Amino acid sequence: MLHYVAKRLLFTIPVLIGISLLLFFMLRMLPGDPAQVLAGQMATPEEIQTIRQQLGLDRPIHIQYASFLGRLARLDLGLSARTQNPVIQEIWARLPNTILLAMTAISLACLFGIPAGILSAVRPYSWIDYIVTIAALFGISMPVFWLGLMLVVVFSVILKWLPAGGTGGWQHVILPSITLASFVVAFIARMTRATMLEALSQDYTTTARSKGLTEKTIIIKHALRNALIPIITVVGLQFGLLLGGAVLTETVFAWPGLGRLIVDSILARDYSMIQGTILIFGLLYTLVNLAVDLIYAFVDPRIRYD
Amino acid sequence: MNKKGLKDQDNRFRRIWVKLNRNKTALFGSTLIVIYFLSALLAPVLYPGSPSAPNLIRSLEPPSLEHPLGTDELGRTILGRIIHGSRVSLVIAVGVIMVGLLIGVPLGLISGYYGGKIDFGIQRVTDMLLAFPGFLLALALVAVLGVGLKNTITSIGISMVPIYIRLVRGCVLAIREETYVEAARAVGTRDAAILFRHILPNVMVPITVQTSLGMGTAILFAAGLGFLGIGVQPPTPEWGAMLGSARAYIFNAPHVATFPGIAIFLAVLSFNLLGDGLRDALDPRFKI
Repeated sequence: MLHYVAKRLLFTIPVLIGISLLLFFMLRMLPGDPAQVLAGQMATPEEIQTIRQQLGLDRPIHIQYASFLGRLARLDLGLSARTQNPVIQEIWARLPNTILLAMTAISLACLFGIPAGILSAVRPYSWIDYIVTIAALFGISMPVFWLGLMLVVVFSVILKWLPAGGTGGWQHVILPSITLASFVVAFIARMTRATMLEALSQDYTTTARSKGLTEKTIIIKHALRNALIPIITVVGLQFGLLLGGAVLTETVFAWPGLGRLIVDSILARDYSMIQGTILIFGLLYTLVNLAVDLIYAFVDPRIRYD
Repeated sequence: MNKKGLKDQDNRFRRIWVKLNRNKTALFGSTLIVIYFLSALLAPVLYPGSPSAPNLIRSLEPPSLEHPLGTDELGRTILGRIIHGSRVSLVIAVGVIMVGLLIGVPLGLISGYYGGKIDFGIQRVTDMLLAFPGFLLALALVAVLGVGLKNTITSIGISMVPIYIRLVRGCVLAIREETYVEAARAVGTRDAAILFRHILPNVMVPITVQTSLGMGTAILFAAGLGFLGIGVQPPTPEWGAMLGSARAYIFNAPHVATFPGIAIFLAVLSFNLLGDGLRDALDPRFKI
């Protein structure tokens, strides 16, 4: 098991290098002087010169990259051109909000998506199957930001049950997390249905049935356990979609998370902040993929011996 | 490809076409796509005049006979803007797919066919791009390139490139070992001819499925960027940007935000239905 974890951790290194390269070249692709871009339009020549020296922009490109990696390792992401605060400080302040939203949404999506997919697979081509299939297609095709706005119209404007945005109590989390979960739940339901249909047609299911086991035991103990790997994969992959969706959902509900921060930074051309938030999103996505791979080994013992 | 090969290919497409015609949801999707294309092509006929010309005395009017979907904050008729908006979203969707296809398909073909160091290099760049979820990659690229129609197309298009590379490479890895490819190589056919005349036609079906699904994703991503204010800029009637400006009026005129959202939803749904139908027709095992 330890060997598997170590191997999987090693595989993460090239991805991290990839993320760092993309961030490094992102600023260099911009027209003009990167120091000027990072310092912002209101910066004085002295501030621009300080940034140029800090980044070593007059040195060869490989040295610049090495120094960039060094700063990344120390989580030194510079100062925000908009607020003049350290980028990392602003990111830490907002990260918990995005994680709270993402975790609530993914939990909701699993809570509804997996049972819906199972019901759909157990009664294929029944009315419940058609409802789940149509609902899943609608979920995949619906713009999250529009759904968010419509939820605000119904639950905040007309019924006045829930707040339209911001943070505070648990009521503030409901609408944003439903909005964010809507997109992911569809993928989870579709994948659960497909893998459960396959598992239910396997020989081991027939054997379990011929042994006289109850349908509940067959579905939960035999079919679902075997169908879990692709479901976990899809949940992990959907986390990426969720991060993208978080940018839009946070904007709709004025939720002070990383998504809102990146949009504000793009609008203000605050490149240090853009770089920092993209780095954190990339790291989060990589860590989730790593966690998914490690969960495989727990769920399916065959994997860790490969 | 010889005559027999072409005939087999024809038969395959015919089989897929027959299966697709039997699929009611795919037919519904195709019908919506035809309506969407017609609305984009005939926009100046369906709604003559400028969809961006303001008429402040008629602002935020609810749906009526004169304005079936009501008017927006500047008194512009929402129906007219949605019809003209279909042109913008069609241009974006086609442009994005062209960027994805023109860069992704050749790179996927080369990567899968040659293997070795070329494959390694292309795959590592693909890994790097896939380290970010699609929408966030498009967002990062917009941050570098700037806002506007052209940059929206480029950013979303580049975020689609790794998907095409992976898809085509996977297919080529299987096809390059086929007898007809070996035979073509044995008679001294040039690599470019093998790639484009023998291999490419055999990866066209998965590419078509991906293109249909990709059109839906492109419309959704572009609307998302427009909504955030970093995509196509007002007064261009882009559906996402229309929703973005409607946010401020959601409490007193919710219809302003309702209809552009339905337009985005139906456009994306139609391409998803067609893509699903194509995938089912291609391989029933994929039916989900």
